[in-house]
Amino acid sequence: MKTAAVLGAASGIARSLAAELARDGYRLVLAGRDGEELTALAGDLRVRYGADVRVRGFDALDEASHRAFVEGCLQDAGGELDGVVLAYGYLGDQRRAERDFAEARRIIETNFTSCVSVLHLFAEYFERRRRGWMCVFSSVAGDRGRQSNYVYGSAKGGLSIYLQGLRNRLAKSGVQVLTVKPGFVDTAMTFGKEGMVLVASPEAVARGVMRALKKGRDVVYVPGFWRWIMAGVRAVPERVFKKLSL
Amino acid sequence: MEVSLSGWGRYPVQRCRVYRPESLKALKEVLASKTESSYLARGLGRAYGDAALNEGGGVILQTRRNRFLGFDEAAGVVRCEAGVSLAEILDVFVPRGYFLPVTPGTKFVTVGGAIASDVHGKNHHKDGTISNFVADLDLLTADGNRMTCSPDENADLFWATVGGMGLTGVILGASLRLIPISSSYIRVDYHKARHIDEAFEMFEATDEQYQYSVAWIDCLAGGRSLGRSVLMRGNHVPAEELPEALRGRPLHTGKKRMLTVPFDFPSVTLNYTSIRAFNALYYRVSKGSPGVLVHYDPFFYPLDAVLHWNRLYGKRGFLQYQVVFPFETSREGLIALLERLARDRRSSFLAVLKRFGAEGPGLLSFPRPGYTLALDIPARDRGLFAFLRDMDEWVLKMGGRVYLTKDAELAPELFAAMYPRLERFREIKGRIDPENRFSSSMARRLRLVEGAR
Ligand SMILES: Cc1cc2nc3c(=O)[nH]c(=O)nc-3n(C[C@H](O)[C@H](O)[C@H](O)COP(=O)(O)OP(=O)(O)OC[C@H]3O[C@@H](n4cnc5c(N)ncnc54)[C@H](O)[C@@H]3O)c2cc1C
Ligand SMILES: NC(=O)c1ccc[n+]([C@@H]2O[C@H](COP(=O)([O-])OP(=O)(O)OC[C@H]3O[C@@H](n4cnc5c(N)ncnc54)[C@H](OP(=O)(O)O)[C@@H]3O)[C@@H](O)[C@H]2O)c1
Repeated sequence: MKTAAVLGAASGIARSLAAELARDGYRLVLAGRDGEELTALAGDLRVRYGADVRVRGFDALDEASHRAFVEGCLQDAGGELDGVVLAYGYLGDQRRAERDFAEARRIIETNFTSCVSVLHLFAEYFERRRRGWMCVFSSVAGDRGRQSNYVYGSAKGGLSIYLQGLRNRLAKSGVQVLTVKPGFVDTAMTFGKEGMVLVASPEAVARGVMRALKKGRDVVYVPGFWRWIMAGVRAVPERVFKKLSL
Repeated sequence: MEVSLSGWGRYPVQRCRVYRPESLKALKEVLASKTESSYLARGLGRAYGDAALNEGGGVILQTRRNRFLGFDEAAGVVRCEAGVSLAEILDVFVPRGYFLPVTPGTKFVTVGGAIASDVHGKNHHKDGTISNFVADLDLLTADGNRMTCSPDENADLFWATVGGMGLTGVILGASLRLIPISSSYIRVDYHKARHIDEAFEMFEATDEQYQYSVAWIDCLAGGRSLGRSVLMRGNHVPAEELPEALRGRPLHTGKKRMLTVPFDFPSVTLNYTSIRAFNALYYRVSKGSPGVLVHYDPFFYPLDAVLHWNRLYGKRGFLQYQVVFPFETSREGLIALLERLARDRRSSFLAVLKRFGAEGPGLLSFPRPGYTLALDIPARDRGLFAFLRDMDEWVLKMGGRVYLTKDAELAPELFAAMYPRLERFREIKGRIDPENRFSSSMARRLRLVEGAR
């Protein structure tokens, strides 16, 4: 049986992706901070898809616990883990982050440094196993810094570059590293926020991610048109870009 | 986020601030923040009028709280969060041989909404309302506590919450008893009734042979044809009685194709003539013959095939008017109502007539023994409200009542007279939510809750 671990499984997008994986026959380890939520989600996947689901506590910001956590996941998986999804994230408050370094640090640590910690531990395992996949949620926000969310954007940008390197390292071991760059997705992260356009449903995003995983892709924009939007955004010269209110 | 919200009838439209927590933790935080003077849970917004609105206050969408929590195969009991829709239950459980014990005429309602309105279906004369099948429910009350309520535990709160229009708290989840089926099909007998008396006769004589029973009534027929209707009544078909061609997939959930009405139709498309044409056409095509095999989806949800069909009524929206008359006054009550509707040319696109069975213990539940009539009325002029006020008074005089989940205009004093258990409801509300943390536009309009903000 195939097994995957989902980190930040209660996130809006992860809920849908977990459903896609369950439908595809994966046994799942759902990891996150909110045990009650994970239990509800596990129940849902069992009822809907007859999935074999376990729940495991995980706090990204507690890096010291990561090694034991990864070992726990491997145990839950019966020693054979096929894939890992990293879906947690923290948008934070840009304005606050400019004034209060604690907020900036939390954004950076959640979206970047904690990912380095936990992904390196999984990478070690997959490198040894010589197959498997790692599916990590970055963001279109990481493609270019904008005044409205550059702390989050820079953390996601750092994550994207980290994943390029990780992919390069794991390619010879036959391990797929998929960088997911969603546009705006209709989840708790964006609900009620201003400036949301072209908002996609988490279900549509999950389906897109699943297709990319199966095709062995490296980087995927979901929905796909964001690839072209971001190509446009990146092409604007900095001397023009800096004057835009984005 | 402040948005303009309405019910399914798109009248009235009001400004509300919406929240959409996914986790219980996030939901509790919304309530504990006390940012709003009051809160109201909202499901899929299929209540027609202002039941799921809270003008100037908080509306907490439950649609992302839609997880199944467990299924007891032996008992056929599904446990789920309140945001699960009936459509999802059908998708998951029909293929396993289970069906909804009670379903309204659309599957796009949430379990929470169905309980809060104590909905009825075509089987009310046999099975009563949905609360008969709710083994228990979890309620998040104003003090932030979670209470399990059932007919045995916190029974008073249970009977105030079913049919309680969201005013006792947020229904978090429920255990619902499903019924076993072996096929997705209903064998439907269509009978034409030339006038209202013939319809009554048929209902009285043979309704007990059918688990599901409803009639489409042609509101425009007058004189000797007043109440001309088509009765559509049926029973589940066991798989072994299906014809060869259908036996391969006896429990399929139907086709997923859906039409959408993408924009507002100008109201004229639904003027008197077009309604007349539609009604006449419908009357002709639905003659049918006895014993027709019909898939449950078109049988129970004929309108669901067109998403957003409410846009057909144009920007000004429409009201749905559903009333029940006791048996003793049904004939007199319905005839006067239909005559008045025809005379004022307010007749609707669709009118549904159904015989109700026994009354349940829900304090504000609508159904009571008698005949219920439901129809759509376009909101095209202010005169409508005087007209409906007359109708409400008539209904009260006949000992009947108006269905809250469809209502947008009933006056508080008429409401109080129609619902004799209101005082009991208020007493429980006062105890469980003394500060009226939960309120709605409907609650304030009907003075359902004294002193509500
Ligand atoms: C085409 C159509 C056909 C219909 N046919 C029937 C029928 O045959 N029989 C019938 O009985 N009804 C019928 N209805 C009405 C419908 O079943 C009810 O209005 C139902 O309550 C709608 O559920 P919802 O999830 O859309 O709730 P909403 O419309 O969002 O809310 C309805 C009420 O439920 C409350 N509520 C919703 N969720 C919760 C929760 N989690 N906790 C506490 N309170 C909550 C709201 O506060 C509000 O008072 C029909 C409606 C339509 C549009
Ligand atoms: N939504 C969008 O528009 C969008 C766009 C681009 C990229 N993304 C990225 O896509 C991913 C999923 O987004 P989403 O919108 O589905 O997210 P979401 O619904 O807002 O959920 C975020 C999740 O991250 C978890 N989390 C936060 N900090 C954590 C920590 N320290 N330890 C463990 N878990 C933690 C939260 O757990 P709790 O429940 O315990 O709080 C929550 O479940 C994120 O990486 C996000 O940055 C989203």
